[in-house]
Amino acid sequence: MITKVRAHLSQNEPLIFERSSPGKIGYQLPELDVPAVDAVQMLGTENVRAEIRGFPEVSEVETIRHFTRLSTWNYAIDYGMYPLGSCTMKYNPRVNELVARIDGLAWAHPYQPDALAQGSMEVMARLEAALAEITGMDAVTLQPAAGAHGELTGILMIRKLLEKRGNPRKKILIPDSAHGTNPASAVIAGYAVQPVPSSTTGALDVGILERIVDEDVAALMLTNPNTLGVFEHDILRIADVVHAKGALLYMDGANMNALMGMARPGDFGVDALHLNLHKTFSTPHGGGGPGAGPVAVKKELEPYLPAPRLKRSGKKWAWEYQRKHSIGRVRAYYGSFGVLVRALAYILAHGGPGLRNVTIDAVLNANYLRKKLEPHFELPYTAPNMHEVVFSDERQAKRGVRTGDFAKRLIDYGFHPYTVSFPLIVHGALMIEPTETEGKRELDHFIEAMVSIAEEVEKEPEIVLTAPHGTRTSRVDEVTAARKPVLRWK
Amino acid sequence: MRYLPKSDSERREMLDACGVGSAEDLFSHLPEAVRLKRPLDLAPGISEYEIVQYFRDRAAENANGYASFLGAGVYSHFQPVLVDTVVSRGEFLTAYTPYQAEIAQGTLMAIFEFQTMICQLTGMDVANASMYDGSTALAEAAMMAVRATGKGRLLVARSVHPEYREVLRTYAHNQRLPVEEFGYLADAGMLDSEDLEAKIDGLTGAVIVQSPNFFGIVDRVKEAAEIAHRAGALLIVVFTEAVSLGILEPVAEADIVAGELQSFAISPSYGGPFAGIIGTREKFIRQMPGRLVGQTTDTRGNRAFCLTLATREQHIRREKATSNICTNQALIALMATVFMTVYGKQGLRQLAEQNLAKAHYLAGRVKPRFCGKFFNEFVARAPGKTPDAINKALLRRKIIGGLPLARFYPELADSMLLCATEMSHRKDMDAVGEIFA
Repeated sequence: MITKVRAHLSQNEPLIFERSSPGKIGYQLPELDVPAVDAVQMLGTENVRAEIRGFPEVSEVETIRHFTRLSTWNYAIDYGMYPLGSCTMKYNPRVNELVARIDGLAWAHPYQPDALAQGSMEVMARLEAALAEITGMDAVTLQPAAGAHGELTGILMIRKLLEKRGNPRKKILIPDSAHGTNPASAVIAGYAVQPVPSSTTGALDVGILERIVDEDVAALMLTNPNTLGVFEHDILRIADVVHAKGALLYMDGANMNALMGMARPGDFGVDALHLNLHKTFSTPHGGGGPGAGPVAVKKELEPYLPAPRLKRSGKKWAWEYQRKHSIGRVRAYYGSFGVLVRALAYILAHGGPGLRNVTIDAVLNANYLRKKLEPHFELPYTAPNMHEVVFSDERQAKRGVRTGDFAKRLIDYGFHPYTVSFPLIVHGALMIEPTETEGKRELDHFIEAMVSIAEEVEKEPEIVLTAPHGTRTSRVDEVTAARKPVLRWK
Repeated sequence: MRYLPKSDSERREMLDACGVGSAEDLFSHLPEAVRLKRPLDLAPGISEYEIVQYFRDRAAENANGYASFLGAGVYSHFQPVLVDTVVSRGEFLTAYTPYQAEIAQGTLMAIFEFQTMICQLTGMDVANASMYDGSTALAEAAMMAVRATGKGRLLVARSVHPEYREVLRTYAHNQRLPVEEFGYLADAGMLDSEDLEAKIDGLTGAVIVQSPNFFGIVDRVKEAAEIAHRAGALLIVVFTEAVSLGILEPVAEADIVAGELQSFAISPSYGGPFAGIIGTREKFIRQMPGRLVGQTTDTRGNRAFCLTLATREQHIRREKATSNICTNQALIALMATVFMTVYGKQGLRQLAEQNLAKAHYLAGRVKPRFCGKFFNEFVARAPGKTPDAINKALLRRKIIGGLPLARFYPELADSMLLCATEMSHRKDMDAVGEIFA
């Protein structure tokens, strides 16, 4: 039975271009306080465009209705649980939005004199220090714009360190359970990728690792807890094996929500890791971004951090540009400052003891779901899980229902689906991460929905196979979209 | 804690259901040696009131109430109120990447409109759903050109934003892609096509230019295109000031356009988050990095949108992907979309004209160093006065002057880059003129 939602009307809305009518406007500029100039004279005839063909012409009221109507076609955290595994869709506190918009911060130009940017620099320095403490690392760069950007930054630093030691080496080892960004980032950093098979328990097999780590390996890129939500219990031995061959241990910190206040990568042999501020530290996903992907490193890698670096000189902060061994810049300016503000606001709100409670509740929620759902779904890996749990669709597939179909039916029950078909090592994966910001009531609704759909699979699989039924848009033809791409309105 | 929606009794019930005595037991599988045996050394949590106060105090330590003539890739433009109204809606703000198309049509349709508007502005056939920023968009565009041509040498104009060039070097270096620079004309501030001609060869995969260039000058892109195409290289055109597209003819000869949209109602925010774009020709679609939204239908035959051509992307192709990008700048792209909608066809033109008028008024008070035609920024110097001395004098009048160019261009150490927008006031521009005089 569907208890969480019921149908309600939603407004139709055309593309903004289809709403346009010549001459309609939604803006007014102030009168010029200087003489107007002739564009053709100032720029040359050949450089001045006639018009922006097809550009919208709509009024203010139509604009707000257009985007408000569109917004109601989305599901969002503000509506309810969003249990995408690996994505850490937690509540986004609104005070963080407010503070990021304070004039003195939002309107700071990256090139304004350091003396007039001390507040921004202090915010960055404080966040660097907090992230170093949380991860147990020695230094942090806030420059990378997102997780994958952080991966690239981290691997480039490792490469530079190895070059200094005389040989950058050839390949990066990546478990087969890893995010797709890991191998893609390693390749941009100039490395070949060698996948490492997971063991039958889902963890990394140290025996296998010992056999394949050699002098060609620059680093092992490891997600811990891994994408099954399982902590790599041999992590200390893993680090030893990697280090013994002169390679480094890079950690994908996407799952730090399982560790804050409990264990620190810096204490278990990690040399570099990135954090996803838009996951663990609650900055909003915004329909796909912006994020931020700070990288934390051990002392040995510190000289290679991207330039510029914050430096204390006397009582003031300054930017240090001359960094002889730096990998260089990975983006213009200093980082996604507005995202950094939100993350620091989140850390200040929880404080040290509070972040540990975040971890506890995140892990409790995932374990509660596991316990309640285990009787109904196949659990291919039974090791204790942390912040997320991964089932497979093995039982439902016997009735012809795959994880992707099951996910679509969850929509009818008022939930965003879990992550579908990932990690790749689980055939037909249902990857569920509730995060700490779900209460018992919402979790119980979710369990009820999952169990109810599992019953539907037995009794009337057709209703699941053709889901969703309650949405304004029914199942979308993605095949035609890719075969005959229509990527713009004409 | 206010962000944790559970009472103690609910927690207890859940622990009981899990069959554990305490929350600590849920972590008992962690090896003893890796456990943190002390609390994190961070202050205890604080209230909403204190958080706001903390950031207000930090903001007060920054510049407040100053007029500014800084540009150089980050511009002060008025932000229509609707932009923040729209992106503050939780349905946009707190949604994830639209993988589940049926419940993400709002985000998807907005991105489709974004892609369309970027094509209309740049004259390209196709544009992606955003990159991190202009600098990384350029690096990605360069890698795309290398894939498309099979040639690894990159020639970039010195009049491209210096920090963009630094990012390009970081990306290119480790893929063994040689990056070389060609100069600009000392009098016009435009790219030196003879230098380009001399340096280009059959191994060159891309020629990279910016217009308006870092000095604000509308550059000779057509000439660069001819030279590039003759050598079998692609032409990548960079822009940092998107408002200029309201009045400037897009470069028909460009193969790839890589740009920054900060000007479209994105706060300067000390350098980010911004949004980059990549636009290109139809034939290069499959070489593009980043997400693309396409139009299709649902099972009822209604128009619908979804992410498409994902076989280029890391979550499908892993090490063979066209890029490692995953998270992009969707919400920032939405801000730009609302901005473009509010200003529209007439407004963007009028906004560009106002910028042109303001900058030329300022240029009338402060003689530009270069003779090339410029949009809303230009290089200037004052005989006998250093840029630092000028800026110091301006600060006393609560004006932040231009960007001193010494750090990026030693040969222009006596000059600064000044920018005027629709938000620049005549009295402040007159003040700049007085100090320069």
